[in-house]
Amino acid sequence: MARPEQPHDDEYTHVVPAALYISIWAALMVFTLITVLASFAELGPFNIVVALLIATIKGTLVVLFFMHLRYSPKLTMAAVIASIFFLFIMFSLTMTDYLSRGWATFAGR
Amino acid sequence: MATSTEIQAAERSFQHHFASIEQQRDTATFGMWMFLLTEIMFFGGLFCSYLVYRHNYYEAFVEGSQKMNIILGAVNTAVLICSSLSMAMGVRAAQMGNRKLMVILLLITIVFGFGFLGIKAVEYHEHWTNHEFPGPNFHFETGDPAHPATDPLHTEIYFGLYWAMTGLHALHMIIGIGLVTWLVIAGMRGAYSPMYYSPVENVGLYWHFVDLVWIYLFPLLYLISHKHS
Repeated sequence: MARPEQPHDDEYTHVVPAALYISIWAALMVFTLITVLASFAELGPFNIVVALLIATIKGTLVVLFFMHLRYSPKLTMAAVIASIFFLFIMFSLTMTDYLSRGWATFAGR
Repeated sequence: MATSTEIQAAERSFQHHFASIEQQRDTATFGMWMFLLTEIMFFGGLFCSYLVYRHNYYEAFVEGSQKMNIILGAVNTAVLICSSLSMAMGVRAAQMGNRKLMVILLLITIVFGFGFLGIKAVEYHEHWTNHEFPGPNFHFETGDPAHPATDPLHTEIYFGLYWAMTGLHALHMIIGIGLVTWLVIAGMRGAYSPMYYSPVENVGLYWHFVDLVWIYLFPLLYLISHKHS
């Protein structure tokens, strides 16, 4: 068995500064407060847009920093983007069905 | 610097079919990501049915969401964010080889996890006693019972999705607490070092993923519209 070499501190892994984690945590807490307050504003159809936008900002912070995606191999980033792409294929193909029902009329129905 | 016992521990965990311990770690982490991407599609199916039924029965979903306790939901979101911070700091402690700090931070993560489940249990109890669980005992009234503004059956779909999505999320939390408990026990025995901490890193990924799901569940289920408040 090959003997694993003794590491230099930065060689094996990227250690994120604690201050950065705490900043991300603070941003997530602030965005949580904003999303609750924004939901009480009457924005009509834009309420859901704002809610999903804030959730996506929060999610991106979690994935990039807490989940180290920013410091991961590019392969991981490609896999994550592909997964989101396929998730949207599922959503959009499903909705092309539900949204378009009733558009066409057929004789006898 | 790694101590000789840490090097021995890393040697034991280094498997011969990998070129290097870095490659072994990257492979394990990529495998965890692959699992989490299947989880995205797993939860994605529920999010997709939420999208369809919310589109079809928006008013009934608004009625259902009035029954959510926004304060408890927001507090639980904060609890999960704090648990993600302690988890991230725990992984960081493992990377730096600070075993004691890692164990303490993982224990804090477990406490936050139980806190989340406890608050969730209070909410579940409230919904259960209010007959807001889909099935034969489901009961929901909006305004004049003779001329309801929305069909209670459609609000039942909302509650069906609420219980299914938060229930599946809570199940993930329970599994996560079990996994972190395993890390604490193995960590106290000295299983991890700066050279080998893949289980800590990957359970951390899982924990943050479960947090991520809740970040979307909270606005979609609790904050649809506050027309009555």
